[in-house]
Amino acid sequence: MQHAQRPTWPHKDLLDVTQLTRAELFHLLDTAAQFHDINRRPVKKVPTLKGKSVVLFFAEPSTRTKTSFDVAGKRLSADTFSLAKSGSSLSKGESLKDTALTLQAMTPDIIVIRHSSSGAAQFLAERLDCSVVNAGDGWHAHPTQALLDCYSLRQVWGDTFEGRTLLILGDIAHSRVARSNVHLLSSLGVKVRLCAPRTLLPAGVHNWPVTIFNRLDDAVQGVDAVMCLRLQLERQQAGLLPDLREYAQRFCLSPRHLAMAAPGARVLHPGPMNRGLEISSVLADAPESLILDQVAAGVATRMAILFLLATRTGIEQTADNGGRA
Amino acid sequence: MTATTSPSLFLRNARLLGRMVDVAVADGRIASVTDSGAGCTPAGTDAGSGAAPAGAESIDAKGMVLFPALIDAHTHMREPGQEYKEDIASGLAAAAHGGFGAVLCMANTKPVNDDASITRDMIDTARRHWPHGPRLHPIGAATVGLKGTELAPLAELAEAGCVAFSNDGAPVPDTEMFRRCVEYAADQGKVVIDHCEDPYLAKGAHMNEGETSGRIGVKGQPDIGEALHVARDILLADYLKLPIHLAHISCRRSVELIAWAKQRGVPVTAETCPHYLLLTDKELLGYDTKAKVNPPLRTDDDVAALREAVQSGVIDILATDHAPHAAHEKETPLDEAPNGITGLDTAVALTWGLVREGVLTEADLIRLWATEPGRIFGLPVNGFNVGDPADFFLLDPEEKWVPSRGTMHSKSLNTPFLGKELVGRVKALWLGGVKVV
Ligand SMILES: [Zn+2]
Repeated sequence: MQHAQRPTWPHKDLLDVTQLTRAELFHLLDTAAQFHDINRRPVKKVPTLKGKSVVLFFAEPSTRTKTSFDVAGKRLSADTFSLAKSGSSLSKGESLKDTALTLQAMTPDIIVIRHSSSGAAQFLAERLDCSVVNAGDGWHAHPTQALLDCYSLRQVWGDTFEGRTLLILGDIAHSRVARSNVHLLSSLGVKVRLCAPRTLLPAGVHNWPVTIFNRLDDAVQGVDAVMCLRLQLERQQAGLLPDLREYAQRFCLSPRHLAMAAPGARVLHPGPMNRGLEISSVLADAPESLILDQVAAGVATRMAILFLLATRTGIEQTADNGGRA
Repeated sequence: MTATTSPSLFLRNARLLGRMVDVAVADGRIASVTDSGAGCTPAGTDAGSGAAPAGAESIDAKGMVLFPALIDAHTHMREPGQEYKEDIASGLAAAAHGGFGAVLCMANTKPVNDDASITRDMIDTARRHWPHGPRLHPIGAATVGLKGTELAPLAELAEAGCVAFSNDGAPVPDTEMFRRCVEYAADQGKVVIDHCEDPYLAKGAHMNEGETSGRIGVKGQPDIGEALHVARDILLADYLKLPIHLAHISCRRSVELIAWAKQRGVPVTAETCPHYLLLTDKELLGYDTKAKVNPPLRTDDDVAALREAVQSGVIDILATDHAPHAAHEKETPLDEAPNGITGLDTAVALTWGLVREGVLTEADLIRLWATEPGRIFGLPVNGFNVGDPADFFLLDPEEKWVPSRGTMHSKSLNTPFLGKELVGRVKALWLGGVKVV
């Protein structure tokens, strides 16, 4: 162990995966791995962030991500506070700016924000002195999800991302999970495929570092992992899809599809799932599924993020991870 | 000297279309324009610069560029109803300092300008605050309440002083209704100005649809949403043989359709705005709400097409689409912010920048900002001929300035050029021979 210096974490906020260098990413994943060990202990709490306060500001409902951040904060002994949109003055027409200033006045160390507007996290970060973590903004970015997905895949693949193939399946157009994962994984050398009906692909996708498919049977051939996305049921009312049965018949990932993937291929889903719509129920529970590993990885990854932002330092580096970047 | 009365103002050594001239003004009109040092100057005096006739105020405009006062055919003055964004007095202040002698203002006020009493009140307010101009020319609502279902009283509005009609702010999707607006307006000798937008393709959009919108995860509207209605209006104008003016054109597809229409002799005219000649949707990469405008900023290719179109005359005129919004309205996430950027304060500097770049000439500026808007909307323009209204301004072609609270006169500062250095500044404006700023 080198005790001489603790590397500094250069970012005030975590808004998007695009801001992380490869070295920072692996440092973050290594940090998460150490916290993951804590989560497996009988006593799952460390005093690391004692006295620090984390506000969970979820202007768009999300039990899963919010709970994950809450658990992450508490296991680091931080004080966590929740502010939901329905309980805040946002529902009374207050502007996000005023909400931000109100939050600031409570002098938190970190604000975790989930918001339906793309760019909302950046909007807060530009106006607040405390750290801002983007827990999902509109269709734009969901960096902590991409990081935990990356962590989960690393547990299976080790550090050999280069040359792997990953398929992202479903509503890409409206998915911040897809946007963040495409960027993060392709930057690690993963060959990313997208499969969706054209109505669910974003403008300009042909210039993304991806290969695009509209038939699942073609898309799934030889892939090392498939990431299913949650289908928002209102896409049908928005005229983007005919009936959901037709969608499920063509885009629901089943064991038959997985048989066409590479041996040992894994399945991911950011949750919550529509079983039988974007992923067959049996596959969700199959050994190939990483879905519950993702949940565990989520807590560890978010602990790492809160830690790095709250202390703005890295944890002490061990000799073996120094050269990874 | 051809003026019958003695000049009140004598402007010396101004650069007009590359020529050095002396301009004499009498009775609010141009009395003479002569080459500097040649005209009414008695021989032997002050070589190269004429001396003022007796009694006239003499101004040396050396180093300044002389332009006729400009016409802005598309502004939003926000009065009545939203005076916290802008009012007629502040809007005209921005116009005056921007070199404009006349501004047309859209009808989407609160209440909507679909009633002659509102039109008259707007004109009275303008005269009260700016008795010598800039002149305010209201554009009447084409349909009652801008609802798109019932013709507004266009004859009465025209009599009250409306110079054109438009549903800008709430374009008429019903083509039959729109047709009736164009026909009835034509009976009043007025043109309808259309904001071309397919409401279905534009629904829920906050920017241009394309690479950038896909990247930052914001719902966009495709350029064909504009071009579809441009095509509709072209076919309609051709069918009716009646003029339609196409507002704030933003994309190549529209330009191509307009070029086709003009080749066929279809009586459409079109405008674009400085921001569409200068900016692309990449301005929104950081979710800058100040660059949120409708139609949205498009791509480099659209900018190139529009620049060509203003050079060639396919796009007839420039207009600002001056759309002030209060700071708190724009200080929100992108999808909550209203559309619009201010333009009166910066228009001349921005387009002078295009002259400096070699994209436009001084003659183009005069054509795009004065002669052609005057022709389309039937307003007088100073052509610097004897007897023309003495409406002109001087531009310092080298002065650098930064749009800010201290340098702009609009109540609102919602422009993406805020804080960016511009070159070219309006130094003084005369309207009817009276120095207004
Ligand atoms: Zn408009």
